[in-house]
Amino acid sequence: MSVQLDARPPTPAARRTTRPPRAFRLSRLDERYSPYLYVAPFFVLFGVFGAYPLIYTFWVSLHDWDLLGTEHPFVGAENYTRLMADPDFWHSVVNTLGIFVLSTVPQLLAALWLASLLNRQLRARTSWRMAVLVPNITSTAAVAIVFGVLFGRQFGMVNWLLDLVGVGAVDWKANRFASWVAISAMVDWRWTGYNALIFLAAMQAVPRDLYESAAIDGAGRTRQFWSITVPLLKPTIIFAVIVSTIGGLQLFTEPRMFHSGTNPIRGGPLRESQTMTMYMFENAFAPHYNFGYGSAVAWLLFALIAIVAALNVVLLRRLGGTDRPVQARRSRKERPR
Amino acid sequence: MGVFPRRRLAAVALAAATALLATAGCGGDQPAEGGPVTLTVDVFGQMGYAELYKEYMAAHPDVKIVERGTGGNLDEYSPKLTQWLAAGKGAGDVVAIEEGLLVEYKANPQNFVNLLDHGAADLRGNFLDWKWEQGLTADGKQLIGLGTDVGGMAMCYRKDLFAKAGLPTERDAVSKLWPTWRDYIATGERFKAADTGASFLDSATNIFNTILLQTAGNAQGYHYYDTGDNLVVESNPAVKQAWDTTMDILDSGLSGRYGSWSEEWVSAFKQAKFATIACPAWMTGVIEGNAGPAAKGRWDIAQVPGNGGNWGGSFLAVPKQSRHRAEAIELAKFLTSAKGQIGAFEAKGPLPSNPQALDDPAIADSKNPYFSDAPVGKIFAAGARSLKPVYMGPKNQAVRTEVENAVRTVDLGQRDPQQGWNDAVANARKAAAK
Repeated sequence: MSVQLDARPPTPAARRTTRPPRAFRLSRLDERYSPYLYVAPFFVLFGVFGAYPLIYTFWVSLHDWDLLGTEHPFVGAENYTRLMADPDFWHSVVNTLGIFVLSTVPQLLAALWLASLLNRQLRARTSWRMAVLVPNITSTAAVAIVFGVLFGRQFGMVNWLLDLVGVGAVDWKANRFASWVAISAMVDWRWTGYNALIFLAAMQAVPRDLYESAAIDGAGRTRQFWSITVPLLKPTIIFAVIVSTIGGLQLFTEPRMFHSGTNPIRGGPLRESQTMTMYMFENAFAPHYNFGYGSAVAWLLFALIAIVAALNVVLLRRLGGTDRPVQARRSRKERPR
Repeated sequence: MGVFPRRRLAAVALAAATALLATAGCGGDQPAEGGPVTLTVDVFGQMGYAELYKEYMAAHPDVKIVERGTGGNLDEYSPKLTQWLAAGKGAGDVVAIEEGLLVEYKANPQNFVNLLDHGAADLRGNFLDWKWEQGLTADGKQLIGLGTDVGGMAMCYRKDLFAKAGLPTERDAVSKLWPTWRDYIATGERFKAADTGASFLDSATNIFNTILLQTAGNAQGYHYYDTGDNLVVESNPAVKQAWDTTMDILDSGLSGRYGSWSEEWVSAFKQAKFATIACPAWMTGVIEGNAGPAAKGRWDIAQVPGNGGNWGGSFLAVPKQSRHRAEAIELAKFLTSAKGQIGAFEAKGPLPSNPQALDDPAIADSKNPYFSDAPVGKIFAAGARSLKPVYMGPKNQAVRTEVENAVRTVDLGQRDPQQGWNDAVANARKAAAK
């Protein structure tokens, strides 16, 4: 990316030559402090909606905090030590990671493939590009309810189709792996198109001369894709992976709405697809109303996301070999390819 | 980095946010003096108040009533209500509280208006004694809720499926089929042998709750907790007996395994996939809603196997956060009066907890056209005065959730009865400690 180096505001020269008049002093104040005002909206919003809840949640997690109670005794790290020894918590961690891997890996690969398809010369290209985003603008709850019905044990369409091809019915909601697959299908249906568009945008920024010289050197389409497109897309892929990590590990609406009936927050009778956020909700709200314990789950979730995101970045750096900066000077009319 | 906590918060407070949005659009901000007052009533399931609101609004032109949550699931309603109370904002002016949840709210009575301070003490005679007692805090100084209904039990069944299986369809004859739960199982086996394509009952959890509340009510009067608030899931013979009877039902393969209140359960109602369902009075409204008008006249109501029992029933309370307490208290009193309870019963079937209402010919002689004109007044109201309530301990809801889930795992074939029982005991203990 080229950076516009001359974008700094002009510095007032000759500041010390005369005694500053009043208006000038005001403008100096303005110059010195107004930039802070300009960036303040973000930091104020972040402080109110980001930092404050974060710190408050941590404060709550150090207490025995009954949601409706009036007294909240300080218990130190007790919530955390209990959580570490809580098998249901670790069960939900495994579920979360399982659903995350099962949904994110195919999702990003499919998005990459879709993006490269959309990047070709196609008839009605814009409509195709719009079309892949359609699942993303539907309401999550509606999608989850529809998928919940599709994956029903006795009246679901998926089992009906399986039956047609001679495969026995699957109890999608009371089988751990099957419920992971069903929920991943839901997530992928919704998010693949979105990631494909992000990849597509990045692909269009890849300079065309690289492909031309590769073609001259005899590289085929596949070779071009893996040796040029993918390495140059690395920053975008890292971005997509991190965002998917955050979203995937916080999965709540899909698994929650997938289950209906009594205690859907458990994610199945044996907690087959209870994610960490659902476990947090179960403890902080019904039926336990133990806000302190729920907050401790929230903080461990935060830690887990940070760890997994960092791991992803390291892993991707390794896989992609050395970082190759894009030294392209591309002219605008070259795009789109 | 800003994206981390914001998104996380979004996940934590998903429901809370929805609640806030919902309340932002609600009434309650009008000035109290002069102008019309909007009262919000939060309910779950079918309380049957629509006509009563109209009547009340006609008599009080300055009051407008909005009901939220009609037809909703108790499992979704309870956490929402608790969040509203904890946040000090968002709850309706009058809120319905199920008896299981009331136990937890009684531990923190500061969230509710003490109805004794507003002339409710005179209303004592309007309620069955135990229903009145349930609404009081442990020290008896604060009345949180006025009773609405009680859950007298019966057994609802589909006549068309019974006919198909060659069983009697007339309600007295059906009642004679199952004086005890043993006989109920035997009838189920006959039904199953006829191979109608439907199962005998919906799922294990409803029947388990029915048997448990009946057994416990007839024995010591408590189930998961004794009256000293000690957890007794493992040692209480009533719990074990209800468990074993339920396991016998499952052993005979009578359950359709339609998890109660799930979408499959609703579909199974529509498609006539099971023949009987344990039927506290409030369930009749649920059946009508789920099975739909097409099934009118196909259902009927017989007596419950075993002897009596009470399941469920609710209260109306006024949260302290209400901006229109005086008006809200008046409305709650009206809805829980004999007249209000009769109106609700006629609309959706919840059985009055008001002795005068129970004596009223409107109840005693009432028939339910949806259920083949079954004399619901006779079936439910007859036993209502002798109902034996079951005491509920502090973490009743959490413990019940665990035991019910253990029942469900056996129902779905994920656990054998012994493993299931071990799970129930261990998880109940864990939940009680949380």
